[in-house]
Amino acid sequence: MGHYSALAVAREALRDHRGWQRAWKSPEPRRRYDVVIVGAGGHGLATAYHLGKNHGITNVAILEKGWLGGGNTGRNTTIIRSNYLQDASAAIYEKARALYETLSQDLNYNVMFSPRGVMMLAQTEHEVRGYRRTAHANALQGVETEFIEPKRVKELCPIIEVRGPRYPVLGALWQPRGGTARHDAVAWGYARRCSEMGMDIIQKCEVTGIRTSGGEVKGVVTTRGDIDCGKLGIVVAGHSGHLAEMAGFRLPVESVALQALVSEPVKPCMDVVVMANTVHGYMSQSDKGEMVIGGGADGFINYTQRGSFSHIEETVRALVETFPMISRLKMLRHWGGIVDMTGDRSPILSRTPVGNLFINCGWGTGGFKAIPGSGWGFAELMAKGESPLCAECGLDRFREGRFIDESVAAGVAH
Amino acid sequence: MRDMLILTCPYCGIRCDETELAPGGEAHLKRFGPGSSDEEFEAYLFMRANPKGVHFERWRHAYGCGKWFHAARNTVTLEVYGTYSAQVHEPPQEIRDAISTRVPGWRWKGES
Repeated sequence: MGHYSALAVAREALRDHRGWQRAWKSPEPRRRYDVVIVGAGGHGLATAYHLGKNHGITNVAILEKGWLGGGNTGRNTTIIRSNYLQDASAAIYEKARALYETLSQDLNYNVMFSPRGVMMLAQTEHEVRGYRRTAHANALQGVETEFIEPKRVKELCPIIEVRGPRYPVLGALWQPRGGTARHDAVAWGYARRCSEMGMDIIQKCEVTGIRTSGGEVKGVVTTRGDIDCGKLGIVVAGHSGHLAEMAGFRLPVESVALQALVSEPVKPCMDVVVMANTVHGYMSQSDKGEMVIGGGADGFINYTQRGSFSHIEETVRALVETFPMISRLKMLRHWGGIVDMTGDRSPILSRTPVGNLFINCGWGTGGFKAIPGSGWGFAELMAKGESPLCAECGLDRFREGRFIDESVAAGVAH
Repeated sequence: MRDMLILTCPYCGIRCDETELAPGGEAHLKRFGPGSSDEEFEAYLFMRANPKGVHFERWRHAYGCGKWFHAARNTVTLEVYGTYSAQVHEPPQEIRDAISTRVPGWRWKGES
Protein backbone atom coordinates (compact mmCIF):
# COMPACT_ATOMS: atom_id res chain seq x y z
CA MET A 1 0.00 0.00 0.00
CA GLY A 2 3.02 2.22 -0.15
CA HIS A 3 5.07 3.84 2.59
CA TYR A 4 3.96 7.29 3.71
CA SER A 5 6.86 9.75 3.75
CA ALA A 6 7.86 13.27 2.76
CA LEU A 7 9.30 11.74 -0.42
CA ALA A 8 5.95 10.07 -1.22
CA VAL A 9 4.13 13.40 -0.77
CA ALA A 10 6.62 15.11 -3.12
CA ARG A 11 6.32 12.29 -5.68
CA GLU A 12 2.53 12.39 -5.64
CA ALA A 13 2.53 16.18 -5.87
CA LEU A 14 4.30 15.83 -9.23
CA ARG A 15 1.66 13.45 -10.63
CA ASP A 16 -1.59 15.04 -9.41
CA HIS A 17 -1.85 12.70 -6.41
CA ARG A 18 -3.02 9.84 -8.61
CA GLY A 19 -0.76 7.25 -6.99
CA TRP A 20 -2.34 7.11 -3.54
CA GLN A 21 -3.97 3.78 -2.76
CA ARG A 22 -6.75 2.79 -0.40
CA ALA A 23 -5.38 2.62 3.14
CA TRP A 24 -7.03 -0.76 3.79
CA LYS A 25 -8.80 -3.41 1.72
CA SER A 26 -12.49 -4.31 1.93
CA PRO A 27 -12.50 -8.08 1.40
CA GLU A 28 -15.39 -10.55 1.45
CA PRO A 29 -15.38 -12.62 4.65
CA ARG A 30 -13.80 -16.07 4.40
CA ARG A 31 -15.30 -19.19 6.00
CA ARG A 32 -12.75 -19.48 8.77
CA TYR A 33 -10.09 -17.51 10.64
CA ASP A 34 -7.75 -18.43 13.47
CA VAL A 35 -8.91 -15.36 15.38
CA VAL A 36 -12.04 -13.26 14.94
CA ILE A 37 -12.26 -9.89 16.68
CA VAL A 38 -15.73 -8.34 16.99
CA GLY A 39 -15.51 -4.56 16.87
CA ALA A 40 -13.26 -2.46 14.61
CA GLY A 41 -12.82 0.41 16.99
CA GLY A 42 -9.50 1.47 18.45
CA HIS A 43 -9.28 -1.38 20.97
CA GLY A 44 -10.27 -4.10 18.49
CA LEU A 45 -7.89 -2.89 15.80
CA ALA A 46 -5.03 -2.43 18.29
CA THR A 47 -5.64 -5.99 19.51
CA ALA A 48 -5.44 -7.32 15.95
CA TYR A 49 -2.33 -5.24 15.26
CA HIS A 50 -0.49 -6.61 18.29
CA LEU A 51 -1.65 -10.18 17.55
CA GLY A 52 0.18 -9.83 14.26
CA LYS A 53 3.14 -7.74 15.37
CA ASN A 54 3.92 -9.33 18.76
CA HIS A 55 2.64 -12.87 18.29
CA GLY A 56 2.79 -13.59 14.56
CA ILE A 57 -0.94 -14.34 14.29
CA THR A 58 -2.21 -12.79 11.06
CA ASN A 59 -5.06 -15.09 10.00
CA VAL A 60 -7.41 -12.63 11.67
CA ALA A 61 -10.74 -11.01 10.79
CA ILE A 62 -12.03 -7.86 12.43
CA LEU A 63 -15.83 -7.57 12.13
CA GLU A 64 -17.58 -4.22 12.43
CA LYS A 65 -21.35 -3.72 12.36
CA GLY A 66 -21.05 -0.09 11.28
CA TRP A 67 -18.00 1.60 9.91
CA LEU A 68 -14.44 1.55 11.14
CA GLY A 69 -13.91 3.72 14.21
CA GLY A 70 -17.51 4.98 14.07
CA GLY A 71 -18.33 4.19 17.69
CA ASN A 72 -16.62 5.55 20.77
CA THR A 73 -13.29 5.83 18.93
CA GLY A 74 -14.72 8.77 17.02
CA ARG A 75 -16.77 10.16 19.91
CA ASN A 76 -14.29 10.79 22.71
CA THR A 77 -12.45 13.95 23.70
CA THR A 78 -9.05 12.48 22.60
CA ILE A 79 -7.33 12.91 25.97
CA ILE A 80 -4.34 10.71 26.83
CA ARG A 81 -3.07 10.45 30.41
CA SER A 82 -1.94 7.77 32.86
CA ASN A 83 -2.06 9.50 36.27
CA TYR A 84 -4.04 6.76 38.00
CA LEU A 85 -3.85 5.76 41.65
CA GLN A 86 -3.96 1.96 41.52
CA ASP A 87 -0.93 0.01 40.26
CA ALA A 88 -2.95 -2.17 37.89
CA SER A 89 -4.47 0.83 36.13
CA ALA A 90 -1.27 2.87 36.06
CA ALA A 91 0.52 -0.08 34.43
CA ILE A 92 -1.87 -0.45 31.50
CA TYR A 93 -2.54 3.28 30.99
CA GLU A 94 1.18 4.14 31.19
CA LYS A 95 1.97 1.34 28.73
CA ALA A 96 -0.61 2.90 26.41
CA ARG A 97 0.71 6.44 26.86
CA ALA A 98 4.27 5.28 26.21
CA LEU A 99 3.17 3.46 23.03
CA TYR A 100 1.32 6.62 21.88
CA GLU A 101 4.66 8.49 21.94
CA THR A 102 5.95 6.48 18.98
CA LEU A 103 2.67 5.32 17.48
CA SER A 104 2.94 7.52 14.39
CA GLN A 105 6.32 5.97 13.56
CA ASP A 106 5.23 2.42 14.41
CA LEU A 107 2.13 2.67 12.23
CA ASN A 108 3.66 4.93 9.57
CA TYR A 109 0.53 7.00 10.01
CA ASN A 110 0.39 10.41 11.64
CA VAL A 111 -1.87 10.12 14.69
CA MET A 112 -0.92 13.68 15.67
CA PHE A 113 0.02 12.73 19.24
CA SER A 114 0.48 16.00 21.07
CA PRO A 115 2.05 15.61 24.55
CA ARG A 116 0.89 19.06 25.60
CA GLY A 117 0.36 18.16 29.24
CA VAL A 118 -2.74 17.24 31.25
CA MET A 119 -3.74 19.10 34.38
CA MET A 120 -6.30 17.82 36.89
CA LEU A 121 -7.46 20.71 39.03
CA ALA A 122 -7.78 20.36 42.79
CA GLN A 123 -10.70 22.58 43.82
CA THR A 124 -11.38 21.24 47.32
CA GLU A 125 -9.08 20.36 50.21
CA HIS A 126 -10.00 16.70 49.70
CA GLU A 127 -8.83 16.85 46.12
CA VAL A 128 -5.54 18.46 47.17
CA ARG A 129 -4.88 15.55 49.52
CA GLY A 130 -6.07 13.02 46.96
CA TYR A 131 -3.87 14.33 44.16
CA ARG A 132 -0.82 14.63 46.40
CA ARG A 133 -1.35 10.97 47.22
CA THR A 134 -1.72 10.13 43.51
CA ALA A 135 1.49 12.01 42.72
CA HIS A 136 3.33 9.90 45.33
CA ALA A 137 1.78 6.70 43.95
CA ASN A 138 2.76 7.73 40.40
CA ALA A 139 6.36 8.32 41.53
CA LEU A 140 6.47 4.72 42.78
CA GLN A 141 4.86 3.46 39.58
CA GLY A 142 7.31 5.31 37.35
CA VAL A 143 4.64 7.63 35.96
CA GLU A 144 5.88 11.19 35.65
CA THR A 145 3.45 13.51 37.47
CA GLU A 146 3.76 16.27 40.05
CA PHE A 147 1.49 18.33 42.27
CA ILE A 148 1.68 21.99 41.29
CA GLU A 149 0.57 25.14 43.09
CA PRO A 150 -2.08 27.62 41.81
CA LYS A 151 0.58 30.07 40.57
CA ARG A 152 1.99 27.41 38.24
CA VAL A 153 -1.54 26.46 37.13
CA LYS A 154 -2.12 30.06 36.07
CA GLU A 155 1.22 30.15 34.22
CA LEU A 156 0.46 26.96 32.31
CA CYS A 157 -3.13 27.94 31.51
CA PRO A 158 -3.77 31.69 31.78
CA ILE A 159 -7.49 31.46 30.92
CA ILE A 160 -8.23 29.68 34.22
CA GLU A 161 -9.76 31.81 36.98
CA VAL A 162 -7.89 30.39 39.98
CA ARG A 163 -9.63 32.57 42.59
CA GLY A 164 -13.20 31.57 41.76
CA PRO A 165 -15.56 32.25 44.68
CA ARG A 166 -17.07 28.80 44.87
CA TYR A 167 -14.36 26.49 43.57
CA PRO A 168 -10.98 28.22 43.82
CA VAL A 169 -8.08 26.34 42.25
CA LEU A 170 -5.94 25.07 45.12
CA GLY A 171 -3.42 23.24 42.95
CA ALA A 172 -3.34 20.55 40.31
CA LEU A 173 -1.96 17.15 39.41
CA TRP A 174 0.20 17.82 36.36
CA GLN A 175 1.26 15.17 33.87
CA PRO A 176 3.54 16.91 31.36
CA ARG A 177 3.69 13.91 28.97
CA GLY A 178 -0.08 13.49 28.77
CA GLY A 179 -1.94 15.15 25.91
CA THR A 180 -4.16 14.42 22.95
CA ALA A 181 -4.08 12.57 19.63
CA ARG A 182 -6.30 12.53 16.58
CA HIS A 183 -8.76 9.75 17.38
CA ASP A 184 -9.84 8.86 13.81
CA ALA A 185 -6.21 8.59 12.74
CA VAL A 186 -5.54 6.07 15.50
CA ALA A 187 -8.23 3.76 14.10
CA TRP A 188 -7.18 4.38 10.49
CA GLY A 189 -3.48 3.86 11.22
CA TYR A 190 -4.10 0.53 12.96
CA ALA A 191 -6.50 -0.55 10.19
CA ARG A 192 -3.93 0.18 7.50
CA ARG A 193 -1.23 -1.83 9.28
CA CYS A 194 -3.62 -4.75 9.98
CA SER A 195 -4.63 -4.81 6.34
CA GLU A 196 -0.97 -4.78 5.29
CA MET A 197 -0.33 -7.81 7.50
CA GLY A 198 -3.05 -9.67 5.58
CA MET A 199 -5.88 -9.34 8.08
CA ASP A 200 -9.46 -8.87 6.86
CA ILE A 201 -11.35 -5.82 8.11
CA ILE A 202 -15.02 -6.45 7.33
CA GLN A 203 -17.31 -3.48 7.80
CA LYS A 204 -21.13 -3.49 7.79
CA CYS A 205 -20.98 -7.00 9.20
CA GLU A 206 -23.05 -7.33 12.36
CA VAL A 207 -22.67 -10.33 14.63
CA THR A 208 -26.12 -11.73 15.38
CA GLY A 209 -25.16 -14.92 17.16
CA ILE A 210 -22.25 -16.79 18.73
CA ARG A 211 -21.92 -20.53 18.06
CA THR A 212 -20.55 -22.71 20.84
CA SER A 213 -20.12 -26.44 21.25
CA GLY A 214 -18.99 -28.33 24.34
CA GLY A 215 -18.42 -25.06 26.21
CA GLU A 216 -16.08 -23.71 23.52
CA VAL A 217 -16.64 -21.05 20.93
CA LYS A 218 -16.80 -22.31 17.34
CA GLY A 219 -17.76 -19.25 15.35
CA VAL A 220 -20.11 -16.36 14.83
CA VAL A 221 -23.32 -15.82 12.87
CA THR A 222 -23.23 -12.52 11.01
CA THR A 223 -25.30 -10.52 8.58
CA ARG A 224 -22.75 -11.60 5.97
CA GLY A 225 -22.82 -15.31 6.71
CA ASP A 226 -21.37 -17.72 9.24
CA ILE A 227 -17.69 -17.42 10.11
CA ASP A 228 -15.77 -20.11 12.02
CA CYS A 229 -12.93 -19.19 14.35
CA GLY A 230 -10.37 -20.73 16.64
CA LYS A 231 -10.52 -17.87 19.11
CA LEU A 232 -13.00 -15.04 19.47
CA GLY A 233 -12.36 -11.64 21.02
CA ILE A 234 -15.29 -9.36 21.87
CA VAL A 235 -14.23 -5.72 21.89
CA VAL A 236 -17.51 -3.81 21.55
CA ALA A 237 -17.61 -1.33 24.46
CA GLY A 238 -21.23 -0.36 25.17
CA HIS A 239 -22.63 -3.40 23.38
CA SER A 240 -20.64 -5.94 25.41
CA GLY A 241 -23.67 -7.03 27.43
CA HIS A 242 -25.57 -7.74 24.23
CA LEU A 243 -22.82 -10.01 22.86
CA ALA A 244 -22.25 -11.70 26.22
CA GLU A 245 -25.94 -12.56 26.22
CA MET A 246 -25.50 -14.24 22.81
CA ALA A 247 -22.69 -16.34 24.29
CA GLY A 248 -24.77 -17.14 27.38
CA PHE A 249 -23.09 -15.26 30.22
CA ARG A 250 -23.67 -12.03 32.12
CA LEU A 251 -21.30 -9.16 32.73
CA PRO A 252 -20.93 -6.70 35.62
CA VAL A 253 -21.50 -3.90 33.14
CA GLU A 254 -24.09 -1.21 32.50
CA SER A 255 -24.17 0.82 29.28
CA VAL A 256 -24.77 4.54 29.59
CA ALA A 257 -24.35 7.58 27.38
CA LEU A 258 -21.31 9.81 27.81
CA GLN A 259 -21.58 13.19 26.13
CA ALA A 260 -19.23 15.79 24.76
CA LEU A 261 -19.53 19.02 22.81
CA VAL A 262 -17.34 21.39 20.83
CA SER A 263 -17.52 25.14 20.44
CA GLU A 264 -17.01 27.34 17.43
CA PRO A 265 -13.29 27.66 16.59
CA VAL A 266 -11.42 30.47 18.30
CA LYS A 267 -7.82 31.67 18.27
CA PRO A 268 -5.33 29.59 20.28
CA CYS A 269 -6.01 30.23 23.97
CA MET A 270 -5.04 27.09 25.85
CA ASP A 271 -2.26 24.63 25.05
CA VAL A 272 -2.86 22.10 27.82
CA VAL A 273 -5.70 19.74 28.70
CA VAL A 274 -7.57 20.72 31.87
CA MET A 275 -9.85 18.45 33.87
CA ALA A 276 -11.97 19.69 36.75
CA ASN A 277 -13.31 16.67 38.57
CA THR A 278 -15.11 18.40 41.45
CA VAL A 279 -17.49 20.14 39.08
CA HIS A 280 -16.96 17.41 36.49
CA GLY A 281 -16.01 18.90 33.18
CA TYR A 282 -12.87 18.91 31.10
CA MET A 283 -11.65 20.98 28.23
CA SER A 284 -8.91 21.28 25.63
CA GLN A 285 -8.49 23.15 22.38
CA SER A 286 -8.35 21.23 19.13
CA ASP A 287 -5.93 22.02 16.32
CA LYS A 288 -8.86 23.61 14.49
CA GLY A 289 -9.42 25.96 17.41
CA GLU A 290 -12.61 24.43 18.77
CA MET A 291 -12.89 24.10 22.53
CA VAL A 292 -13.53 20.38 23.12
CA ILE A 293 -15.62 19.95 26.25
CA GLY A 294 -16.49 16.70 27.99
CA GLY A 295 -18.85 16.11 30.84
CA GLY A 296 -20.19 13.30 32.97
CA ALA A 297 -22.05 10.14 32.08
CA ASP A 298 -25.78 9.59 32.48
CA GLY A 299 -26.79 7.39 35.38
CA PHE A 300 -29.30 5.27 33.47
CA ILE A 301 -28.98 2.65 30.75
CA ASN A 302 -29.24 4.21 27.32
CA TYR A 303 -28.22 2.95 23.89
CA THR A 304 -29.00 6.12 21.91
CA GLN A 305 -25.77 7.70 20.69
CA ARG A 306 -27.13 11.20 21.07
CA GLY A 307 -26.67 14.14 23.36
CA SER A 308 -29.29 15.62 25.66
CA PHE A 309 -30.13 19.23 26.40
CA SER A 310 -29.75 18.91 30.13
CA HIS A 311 -26.11 17.86 29.73
CA ILE A 312 -25.12 20.98 27.84
CA GLU A 313 -26.29 23.10 30.72
CA GLU A 314 -24.81 20.82 33.35
CA THR A 315 -21.37 20.63 31.72
CA VAL A 316 -21.02 24.25 30.67
CA ARG A 317 -22.30 25.43 34.05
CA ALA A 318 -19.59 23.31 35.69
CA LEU A 319 -16.81 24.91 33.67
CA VAL A 320 -17.90 28.50 33.26
CA GLU A 321 -16.73 29.66 36.67
CA THR A 322 -13.26 28.22 36.11
CA PHE A 323 -13.12 29.35 32.47
CA PRO A 324 -15.13 32.61 32.34
CA MET A 325 -14.26 33.12 28.66
CA ILE A 326 -16.42 30.19 27.52
CA SER A 327 -19.61 31.95 28.63
CA ARG A 328 -19.77 33.77 25.28
CA LEU A 329 -18.81 30.82 23.06
CA LYS A 330 -21.34 29.25 20.73
CA MET A 331 -21.45 25.49 20.77
CA LEU A 332 -21.27 23.79 17.39
CA ARG A 333 -21.76 20.08 17.88
CA HIS A 334 -22.84 17.80 20.67
CA TRP A 335 -22.94 14.00 20.72
CA GLY A 336 -23.05 10.90 22.87
CA GLY A 337 -21.19 7.60 22.94
CA ILE A 338 -22.31 4.44 24.71
CA VAL A 339 -19.81 3.49 27.36
CA ASP A 340 -19.68 0.31 29.41
CA MET A 341 -19.37 1.00 33.13
CA THR A 342 -18.20 -1.73 35.51
CA GLY A 343 -18.80 -1.90 39.24
CA ASP A 344 -15.29 -0.67 40.10
CA ARG A 345 -14.95 1.64 37.05
CA SER A 346 -11.95 -0.35 35.79
CA PRO A 347 -11.73 -2.41 32.59
CA ILE A 348 -12.25 -6.10 32.03
CA LEU A 349 -9.69 -7.93 29.89
CA SER A 350 -10.48 -11.51 30.56
CA ARG A 351 -11.23 -15.06 29.64
CA THR A 352 -14.92 -15.87 29.89
CA PRO A 353 -16.97 -18.90 30.97
CA VAL A 354 -16.89 -19.94 27.27
CA GLY A 355 -13.64 -21.57 26.12
CA ASN A 356 -11.49 -19.61 23.64
CA LEU A 357 -13.79 -16.60 24.00
CA PHE A 358 -12.14 -13.51 25.41
CA ILE A 359 -13.63 -10.14 26.28
CA ASN A 360 -12.16 -6.66 26.42
CA CYS A 361 -14.67 -4.18 27.82
CA GLY A 362 -15.54 -1.97 30.76
CA TRP A 363 -13.30 0.94 29.75
CA GLY A 364 -16.19 3.18 30.66
CA THR A 365 -15.36 6.82 30.17
CA GLY A 366 -11.60 6.26 29.76
CA GLY A 367 -11.10 4.11 26.70
CA PHE A 368 -9.34 6.20 24.09
CA LYS A 369 -6.22 6.87 26.15
CA ALA A 370 -5.79 3.14 26.74
CA ILE A 371 -6.04 1.87 23.17
CA PRO A 372 -2.40 0.84 22.50
CA GLY A 373 -1.90 -0.69 25.97
CA SER A 374 -5.24 -2.46 25.84
CA GLY A 375 -4.39 -3.93 22.42
CA TRP A 376 -0.95 -5.00 23.63
CA GLY A 377 -2.28 -6.77 26.74
CA PHE A 378 -5.41 -8.26 25.18
CA ALA A 379 -3.45 -9.64 22.22
CA GLU A 380 -1.07 -11.35 24.65
CA LEU A 381 -4.02 -12.72 26.63
CA MET A 382 -5.62 -14.10 23.45
CA ALA A 383 -2.37 -15.52 22.06
CA LYS A 384 -0.92 -17.04 25.24
CA GLY A 385 -3.89 -17.40 27.57
CA GLU A 386 -2.41 -14.98 30.08
CA SER A 387 -0.89 -11.53 30.19
CA PRO A 388 0.92 -9.83 33.09
CA LEU A 389 -0.36 -6.45 31.90
CA CYS A 390 -4.01 -7.39 32.38
CA ALA A 391 -3.62 -10.09 35.04
CA GLU A 392 -5.66 -8.11 37.57
CA CYS A 393 -8.39 -7.12 35.09
CA GLY A 394 -10.13 -10.51 35.07
CA LEU A 395 -13.88 -11.04 35.37
CA ASP A 396 -13.39 -13.12 38.53
CA ARG A 397 -12.26 -10.08 40.52
CA PHE A 398 -15.89 -9.14 41.17
CA ARG A 399 -16.62 -12.50 42.80
CA GLU A 400 -13.36 -12.50 44.70
CA GLY A 401 -13.52 -8.88 45.84
CA ARG A 402 -10.20 -7.85 44.25
CA PHE A 403 -11.39 -4.54 42.80
CA ILE A 404 -9.22 -2.02 40.99
CA ASP A 405 -11.11 0.73 42.68
CA GLU A 406 -10.49 3.84 40.61
CA SER A 407 -14.02 5.15 41.16
CA VAL A 408 -13.16 5.76 44.79
CA ALA A 409 -9.71 7.05 43.87
CA ALA A 410 -11.00 9.59 41.38
CA GLY A 411 -14.22 10.41 43.18
CA VAL A 412 -15.98 10.45 39.81
CA ALA A 413 -16.28 8.31 36.75
CA HIS A 414 -13.12 8.82 34.76
CA MET B 1 -30.16 15.53 20.08
CA ARG B 2 -32.54 13.28 21.98
CA ASP B 3 -35.68 14.34 23.82
CA MET B 4 -35.68 14.79 27.57
CA LEU B 5 -36.58 11.61 29.42
CA ILE B 6 -39.92 12.23 31.17
CA LEU B 7 -41.37 9.94 33.85
CA THR B 8 -44.59 10.38 35.82
CA CYS B 9 -44.08 9.89 39.53
CA PRO B 10 -46.68 7.32 40.66
CA TYR B 11 -46.84 8.87 44.13
CA CYS B 12 -47.31 12.59 43.53
CA GLY B 13 -48.49 12.31 39.93
CA ILE B 14 -46.09 14.92 38.59
CA ARG B 15 -44.57 14.51 35.13
CA CYS B 16 -40.91 15.07 35.84
CA ASP B 17 -37.96 15.30 33.49
CA GLU B 18 -34.64 13.58 34.07
CA THR B 19 -33.04 16.56 35.80
CA GLU B 20 -35.59 16.20 38.59
CA LEU B 21 -34.92 12.50 39.08
CA ALA B 22 -32.12 10.35 40.44
CA PRO B 23 -31.59 7.02 38.64
CA GLY B 24 -31.27 3.98 40.89
CA GLY B 25 -30.32 1.13 38.57
CA GLU B 26 -31.90 -2.21 37.74
CA ALA B 27 -35.14 -3.05 39.55
CA HIS B 28 -36.41 -6.29 41.09
CA LEU B 29 -32.98 -7.63 42.04
CA LYS B 30 -33.12 -10.37 44.62
CA ARG B 31 -31.12 -9.34 47.63
CA PHE B 32 -28.39 -11.66 48.95
CA GLY B 33 -26.33 -11.18 52.05
CA PRO B 34 -24.53 -13.20 54.73
CA GLY B 35 -24.88 -16.94 54.18
CA SER B 36 -25.27 -16.68 50.42
CA SER B 37 -22.82 -18.19 47.97
CA ASP B 38 -20.12 -16.04 46.37
CA GLU B 39 -21.90 -16.33 43.01
CA GLU B 40 -25.22 -15.13 44.42
CA PHE B 41 -23.61 -12.21 46.21
CA GLU B 42 -21.61 -11.25 43.09
CA ALA B 43 -24.75 -11.44 40.97
CA TYR B 44 -26.69 -9.26 43.40
CA LEU B 45 -23.95 -6.63 43.72
CA PHE B 46 -22.51 -6.45 40.21
CA MET B 47 -24.17 -8.52 37.48
CA ARG B 48 -26.72 -6.50 35.54
CA ALA B 49 -29.20 -7.26 32.77
CA ASN B 50 -28.14 -4.25 30.64
CA PRO B 51 -30.56 -5.13 27.79
CA LYS B 52 -30.99 -3.40 24.47
CA GLY B 53 -34.74 -2.99 24.82
CA VAL B 54 -37.20 -3.37 27.69
CA HIS B 55 -35.69 -2.55 31.07
CA PHE B 56 -37.12 -2.24 34.59
CA GLU B 57 -35.41 0.22 36.83
CA ARG B 58 -35.59 2.19 40.06
CA TRP B 59 -35.83 5.96 40.15
CA ARG B 60 -36.19 8.52 42.92
CA HIS B 61 -38.17 11.72 42.56
CA ALA B 62 -35.20 13.53 44.09
CA TYR B 63 -36.24 17.15 43.52
CA GLY B 64 -39.90 16.45 44.23
CA CYS B 65 -41.65 14.20 46.69
CA GLY B 66 -38.43 12.27 47.33
CA LYS B 67 -40.07 8.86 46.88
CA TRP B 68 -38.52 5.83 45.16
CA PHE B 69 -40.56 4.26 42.37
CA HIS B 70 -40.21 1.80 39.49
CA ALA B 71 -40.23 2.52 35.76
CA ALA B 72 -40.45 0.28 32.68
CA ARG B 73 -38.53 1.82 29.83
CA ASN B 74 -36.94 0.98 26.49
CA THR B 75 -33.18 1.59 26.50
CA VAL B 76 -32.98 1.93 22.70
CA THR B 77 -36.00 4.09 21.85
CA LEU B 78 -36.29 5.70 25.32
CA GLU B 79 -40.04 4.95 25.20
CA VAL B 80 -41.56 4.78 28.67
CA TYR B 81 -44.13 1.98 29.19
CA GLY B 82 -45.19 3.15 32.62
CA THR B 83 -44.19 3.80 36.21
CA TYR B 84 -45.40 1.95 39.30
CA SER B 85 -45.02 1.55 43.02
CA ALA B 86 -41.69 0.67 44.61
CA GLN B 87 -43.53 -1.69 46.97
CA VAL B 88 -43.71 -4.63 44.54
CA HIS B 89 -41.26 -7.39 43.62
CA GLU B 90 -42.26 -7.62 39.96
CA PRO B 91 -44.03 -5.38 37.44
CA PRO B 92 -47.84 -5.29 37.74
CA GLN B 93 -50.01 -6.84 35.03
CA GLU B 94 -51.02 -3.53 33.41
CA ILE B 95 -47.36 -2.61 32.88
CA ARG B 96 -46.65 -6.02 31.35
CA ASP B 97 -49.70 -5.61 29.09
CA ALA B 98 -48.53 -2.15 28.03
CA ILE B 99 -45.15 -3.58 27.07
CA SER B 100 -46.63 -6.59 25.26
CA THR B 101 -48.77 -4.37 23.02
CA ARG B 102 -45.72 -2.32 22.04
CA VAL B 103 -43.14 -5.11 21.87
CA PRO B 104 -44.70 -8.23 20.34
CA GLY B 105 -43.28 -11.43 21.75
CA TRP B 106 -41.94 -9.80 24.90
CA ARG B 107 -42.24 -11.91 28.09
CA TRP B 108 -41.53 -11.14 31.74
CA LYS B 109 -38.73 -13.49 32.86
CA GLY B 110 -40.05 -16.86 33.89
CA GLU B 111 -43.37 -16.35 32.11
CA SER B 112 -44.19 -18.84 29.37
